[in-house]
Parts: sequence; C-alpha cells; structure tokens
Amino acid sequence: MSIILTQSFTGISIGAVLLLIALGLSLTFGQMGVINMAHGEFIMAGAYTVYLLQGPLSSAGMSLLVALPTAFLVAGAMGVLLEWLLIRRLYARPLDTLLVTWGVSLMLQQLARDLFGAPNVHTEIPGWLSGRVTVIGGDDPLTLTHARLFILALALAAVVALTLALRLTPLGRRIRAVVQHRDLAEASGIATARVDRITFFIGSGLAGLAGVALTLVGPIGPTMGTNVIIDAFLVVVVGGIGQLRGAVIAAFALGVLQAVMEYSTTVSVARVTVLIAIVAFLQWRPQGIYTLRTRSLA
Amino acid sequence: MTDFLHRRRAPAGYALAAVLLFALAPLLLSDFRLGQFARYLCIAIVAVGIALAWGRGGMLVLGQGLFFGVGGYAMAMHMKLADAGPGGLPDFMLLYGTADALPWWWEPFRSPAVALAAVLLLPMGLAAVIGWFVFRRRVRGAYFAILSQALAAAFAILLIGQQATTGGSNGLTDFQGFFGYSLLDPVNRRTVYFVIAATLLALMLLTRQIFHSRYGELLVAVRDAEERVRFLGYDPALVKLAAYVASAGMAGVAGALFVPAVGIISPALIGIVPSIQFVIGAAIGGRASVVGVVLGAIAVAWAQTVLSEEFPSAWTYFQGGLFVVVIAFLPGGIASLWQLATRRRARTEAVTAA
Repeated sequence: MSIILTQSFTGISIGAVLLLIALGLSLTFGQMGVINMAHGEFIMAGAYTVYLLQGPLSSAGMSLLVALPTAFLVAGAMGVLLEWLLIRRLYARPLDTLLVTWGVSLMLQQLARDLFGAPNVHTEIPGWLSGRVTVIGGDDPLTLTHARLFILALALAAVVALTLALRLTPLGRRIRAVVQHRDLAEASGIATARVDRITFFIGSGLAGLAGVALTLVGPIGPTMGTNVIIDAFLVVVVGGIGQLRGAVIAAFALGVLQAVMEYSTTVSVARVTVLIAIVAFLQWRPQGIYTLRTRSLA
Repeated sequence: MTDFLHRRRAPAGYALAAVLLFALAPLLLSDFRLGQFARYLCIAIVAVGIALAWGRGGMLVLGQGLFFGVGGYAMAMHMKLADAGPGGLPDFMLLYGTADALPWWWEPFRSPAVALAAVLLLPMGLAAVIGWFVFRRRVRGAYFAILSQALAAAFAILLIGQQATTGGSNGLTDFQGFFGYSLLDPVNRRTVYFVIAATLLALMLLTRQIFHSRYGELLVAVRDAEERVRFLGYDPALVKLAAYVASAGMAGVAGALFVPAVGIISPALIGIVPSIQFVIGAAIGGRASVVGVVLGAIAVAWAQTVLSEEFPSAWTYFQGGLFVVVIAFLPGGIASLWQLATRRRARTEAVTAA
C-alpha cells in the first residue's frame, strides 16, 4: 500500500514537471497548430535567466522570485521574435515549421554553448525550498522535497491562470475564436495576426517559467531543451489538441505510469514502455483524450 | 536535339554518377578519404528512403535512426560473433564480465545468412508493425513525425540501458573481419566501398522506377489529397505503409553497410540528432528528387566533416541557418534551383521569340 502511495506521489511530481514544460506547447501546438521545436530552447533560456540573476542578486530565494517574471518576458520575447521572423510565413506548412524551428533550436543551443560553455552549470537552491515534508511517518516514511511541491504549485497556478485568462478575458475570447474558426474570427473583426503573436508570447513565456522550475531539480546545460521537448510533445499529443485539461490529465497519467514502471523495471525500460503505451492509446483515441469537435474528415 | 537530350538525360546522369563513384573517386581519394566518402554514401542511402517516404509520401520520418540502428546492430552483432569464433563471446561481454553465456537473442546472428536477412527484414518488419498501427488510425502530419522521433529516442535509451548485452553508450566497435575478409587490409576496405556505391546506385534506380510507376503516382496523390484517394476506393494506409516500409529497409541496409565502412555503431549515431540530420541533407538537396537528396546528403555530411573540424561553433550556426533558409524560402531544395533557372530561361526565350 505504502509503495503504491509513494510511487503515485513520485509520479505526480514527475507529472508536475511534465505539465509545466508542456503547458506552453499546448497553447502554441495545441491551439495554433505550430510545432515549435525551439520550445525546448526557450525552456533553456528560462533556466539560464536564473543562473544569470544569481550573480547580481546574491540571495538565491530573491533571484528565483525575480527570475519567474523575467524568464517569462525573456522567453516570450524570443518567441515573438521567432514568430515574427519565420513562423508567420509558414502557417500553411506545419511540417516545414517543425524543421525550421529545429534549425533555430540548433543555433540557440550553440549560442548557449558559446555564451555559457558546454558543461552544465548549477544554481543555488534557496533555503526555504531545500527541506522536505513528511507526508506519512512510520517505518517507511513518505517525504516530498519542498522543491517538488513548489513545482507542483507553480504548475497548478499556471494552469489556473491560463484557464481563467482564456475563459474570462477579452483576449482569451479572441484566442478561442481564432482557434475555433480562423476565417470567421477574421471576418468578425479580430486581428488574427496580432492574436497569433500574443498567443505565441504567452506560450513561449510559459516555457521560460518551466525553465526556472527545472533549475530546482536538475542541471542547466545547452542540451537540456532537447532532453525535455519530446516528453512535452507526447503530453500534448496524448492530451489532445485545443484543450488544456487534456494536457493536465495526460501529464499526470504519464508521470504516474513512468514512476510505476521505473519502480518495477529500469529507467530505460520504463521509457520504452511508456512510449508503447502511448502508441497503444493513440490506437484507441487517435486525437488524444479530448478532441475538438469539427466536421473535418480526419 | 534538345528533345533527344531531354529523353536521354536521366540515363546519362546515372552513367556519369557510376563513372564518378567507381572510377574517379577511388582513383583520386586517399584510402582515408575514401573511407569517409563511403560513410557519406551510407547517409545518402538513408536519404533515398527519405525522398520516398517524405518527398513523395508526405510522411516526415524523423526517426530513421531507429531502422538505421536496427540494421547496423544486426550486422555488428554478426561481425562481433564472427570475430569471437565458434562458441566464443564478444570481447565487450568478457570485459564487463556480466554475461557468462550468450543472450538467446544474440545466438541467431552467428549465421551470416540470418544476419543478412535480419538487416533487411527486421527494420522492414518493425516499420510494418509501427506503420500498420499508426496509419490505420490516420495518425499523420506532426503527430506521426513526433511519434517516429520518440521511437528513435526510445531505441537509443534502451540500448544505453542494456549495457551488458548491447555495449551501452560505447556501442559495438573494434571489428576485425567482414564475412571472412580482414578489415585491416586496405584492399578489402576498398571492396566495402564498392559494395556501398553499387547499393546506392541500385537503390537510386529502384526508387526512380517507383517514382515513375503507377504506385508512385498514387503515393503523390495520397500526399496531396488523402481523402480524395480514399473516396476513389484505395486504402491510403496501405499506400503509405508500403513507402514507409521501403524507406525503413533502405535505412536498415545503410546501417548495415555503415558498420564495416566506419567500424562502429553506437546509440549516439542513431538517436534524435542523427535522425534529424538524415532529414537535413535530404531537405537541403531537394526532398522529392532522388538525385537531389543524394547530393544534398553527401554535401552536408562532407561539409560537416570539413568545417566542423576547423570551426565547430561556426559550422553549427551555418548548418542551422542554411537549413532554416532552405526550408523556409526554397522548399524544393537545391534541386529546384535548376528548375527555376530553366523555367526562367524558357520564359526569356519565349519573350524574345515573340
């Protein structure tokens, strides 16, 4: 019993990281259909923001809090630049967007290597995040680190904020209108190009937030984006296009599955099993957990 | 005269390529450079498969490293066992001392016939299973691309995790012989090069035939308007499956030839990054043209060797930048420059004639 509980808590904390890295993608890929392979490098940019801010701001806790909005702005600005320079010319060719943004990600990785060096760098974890909480005491205690809880809270806060923004604000209404029917939205007087750019800003900014969170659980390096981007895409694919709740469910389901498989086998076998499970799941629901009802034939 | 040239252009081009590959390259290149060239040709074989699956079939195969790796490991396992002699264990297993008996799935690869069959049939069988499940449920576009990429990544992770039986991240290396011939002898290495060149030419001709066949037309139709093809009574899943399986077979053969030519196969050669690099060469050359992808793959691999030795940082920017510019502004690749030029010339001639 305790093992199941421990593994599901591990799974939820893996799922929280997955959710945070996939959230921005579910907006750009899920809502706009743009496959941005450079998303991983926006995450990397967020992580390096923390690293850079720890120089001038000596307190680790302070720099983390300052890094959250800064990383959002930095990654968001990179996203807007990418959208303005390349992606807006390629909306009609989704697969080419994938390849173009991969070329961009290659260059951004090299830029990180030239600016910060190829080896991983480390950041200080603030004191108030380095402890652990004991959830269940006894012989086989279940403890959670503060850092993992912080990531979980950050992920849930981001989901809530994004959901409310999409539901309640005029901007959110415009974004949803463009997602559902671009031509009709444009005919109703919505400047779709501007909405696209703002959506891309928010999605890329969320990648920056994910980067800040990742500094708490792992090293920062030029290849960190490549390591997480596939997982993030798989979460969005399983979750389904156009729905945030799909991404939430998919992230936690994949996290728990990964944790349980890792416990009973090895890490590498667990990765492969999770992937086979995803292929099997797509047999059952090819469009993911939640699908946007359309009259298209696919 | 021009009409005659037009009709004879393709055979003449292939004859020229044969002369280049079989006579000029071995004469002009040193043994070391010829070995490198053999490596580029292996990448070009993968690119021919990509032209079929992606250029004509519209399936963005981002995970060809999977099939390249399966073919390569099948060949490498046989060569390891042949080096070890009858009943022997491969040297790396003795080194780690973890395996005291040969794992059961290594055993069949002692036979050269089984290994050769596995090089072709394992990747094709794997692709058939994956493709059947994926295409039947109409998973396509970006979904398919990401799934195929994830499969290549998972295969690399699996190989690294099973160090005791697969050599882990070191891969399989230090081969002595290739079907009884010593690989230390330069003459035999040259023979390996000729085998690779002949395979590439044969597969190029085969793919060209496929492009010009009725099936090739159907494949393009599925790429451009899958639903219309379905309404005409064809099953698009089967059409795509055939192209995907064929491209997987080519990648497997390329991987198997890569092993004796380069002398190593490892997870770093088949993961996400090498899988995308296969596509880069094909995209820069011109995704839908056999000659285009081959020239593109060779040129990118060659430029990588030459430039990355001297300017590793600048090379990455150049490769990424070239890729971005070609895909975004010249989707037909370098091969379409030729068409653009001839079309413009034809237009100017028409204007001057009028």
